[in-house]
Amino acid sequence: MNIVACVKQVPDTETLIKVKPDGSGIVEDGIKWVMNPYDEFGVEEALKWKEKFGGDVTIVSVGPARVMETIRTALAMGAEKGIQIDDPSLYGADAYTTAVALAAAIKTIPYDVIFCGQRAIDDDSGQVGAILAELLGIPQVTLVTKAEVVDKTVKVIRPIEGAQLSIQAPLPCVITCQKGLNEPRYASLPGIMKAKKKPVDIKNAAALGITVDVKAKVVKTIPPPARPPGKIIEGEEPAQKAAALVKLLREEAKVI
Amino acid sequence: MAKGVWIVAEQRDGALRKVSFELASAARKLADQLGEEVAAVLVGGPGVEALASQLGKYGVDKVYVAEDAAFEPYTTDAHSQAIATVVKANDPSILLLAASAQGKDLSARLVGKLATGMATDCTDLRIADGKLVAVRPMYAGKCYGEIVVSGTPQMASLRPNVFPLAENAKAAAVEKFSPGLDPAQLKTKVLDVMKETGGSIDVSEANIIVSGGRGMKGPENYVILEELAGLLKGAVGASRAAVDAGWRPLKDQVGQTGKTVAPNLYIACGISGAIQHLAGMSSSKYIVAVNKDPEAPIFAKADYGIVDDLFKVVPEITKEAKKLLAE
Repeated sequence: MNIVACVKQVPDTETLIKVKPDGSGIVEDGIKWVMNPYDEFGVEEALKWKEKFGGDVTIVSVGPARVMETIRTALAMGAEKGIQIDDPSLYGADAYTTAVALAAAIKTIPYDVIFCGQRAIDDDSGQVGAILAELLGIPQVTLVTKAEVVDKTVKVIRPIEGAQLSIQAPLPCVITCQKGLNEPRYASLPGIMKAKKKPVDIKNAAALGITVDVKAKVVKTIPPPARPPGKIIEGEEPAQKAAALVKLLREEAKVI
Repeated sequence: MAKGVWIVAEQRDGALRKVSFELASAARKLADQLGEEVAAVLVGGPGVEALASQLGKYGVDKVYVAEDAAFEPYTTDAHSQAIATVVKANDPSILLLAASAQGKDLSARLVGKLATGMATDCTDLRIADGKLVAVRPMYAGKCYGEIVVSGTPQMASLRPNVFPLAENAKAAAVEKFSPGLDPAQLKTKVLDVMKETGGSIDVSEANIIVSGGRGMKGPENYVILEELAGLLKGAVGASRAAVDAGWRPLKDQVGQTGKTVAPNLYIACGISGAIQHLAGMSSSKYIVAVNKDPEAPIFAKADYGIVDDLFKVVPEITKEAKKLLAE
């Protein structure tokens, strides 16, 4: 089976995000870059499918030179090869443009299934997997917590508000991965050594034959609205404090 | 030239979801600023047309309706084909969807079909120089971005429970359209819908969330949060620590690798306030923190804090709230 997993490099979740004073983006100095946690589920699922059905796993990622480290992490987990799409016109690009670049790269290789994270934890946009599926003309199943291959199809579980759906889609398709799908493995030391020698193709926009036309721009980045200072409710006994809180919630906040 | 502010109305099991009215109310406001009309797309099984008039109450001038058995239950394939067809034929300037589980799946596919851009999970919208400016949290709310879409239509998905409902009666004239479904393109099938029992509200849709973290000490203790949440008609949430410990289901996790929520009231019990958790809930209107540790970072975000043992405080809150609600 030819398996593709798309990964994005993002700031670690511990990162304190600082907005540049001119609002043109976030301060990137000192950020620890990691693989998007939802993409880790995708890489793990890709490796599990390979172990079960044979074949190989190709990692595809869009981004600057630092992204190579994230591709190597996936290779160290067990993937065979990588494609890095590195073009300054794609740095910070929107979901549509990113999907166009991924689709162009993926079209050059055989694929039976493509895994993406359900969203990246930086821009939280959650669009790339579905757009990629549309551009490749294949179905999507999104926010998947369980996936099982049955003949030439995949049966998945997808949680929605108040229910879980069981959905069947033919392969090839795009599967976007949600927490709960699996437990991503750590790269082993031999894995890390081997990863250094695995092939990674680096391609720019021209090599992929795409023209970059960003459709959605972040025109301004702003810090979150400051919350007014809160009050600590004093009192002798828990019951007193609870009564004071309920009174405030009713009379001041008017939320209960 | 593209004209009209459109929404995709979301319905399930024969009823419009509340977020559809939030979309209509938000669209009406934008349309009035632009001097344009509001239209809704409503697709569903036979008989779905009957829901159209409800949209008029919140300012929808016209409803494009398509009925086909293939629309029930929702699949990306059928809905995205039909909606892309009617959008392309009418060329609206703005297209709004819900950032619900269904809306997220559908809207992203439409971005691909319409070759445009979208701002996901927006919390505010305005018009500047005739263009839509969408405001949305990024990094789970650690910062916000203002997005301008240069493609057509300008798409945005709106976070449920954030945009206020505004009644503004309009005609909601129905126009049926042929969805032009290509059976060869209906590739995915819904095999089963497994409803959760107990009718609990999802944290992403709740007005009130009572959330518990490591300080709950074990899954059996969540019953005190369930009692309070049940009384307030809210949902029970959890920190990552509680979910990773297996105390609570994944769907309840609030934070950067869980759900980002913005209820009217968020009561954090035994949650210290890791940066990832704070990111996921700090746009709540009111935050209450109950924690033994006065140094816990959660208190910096809380409107009201109680430094005490949650096992003593929470049952007392429930008791007081019960008294109040009985009045």
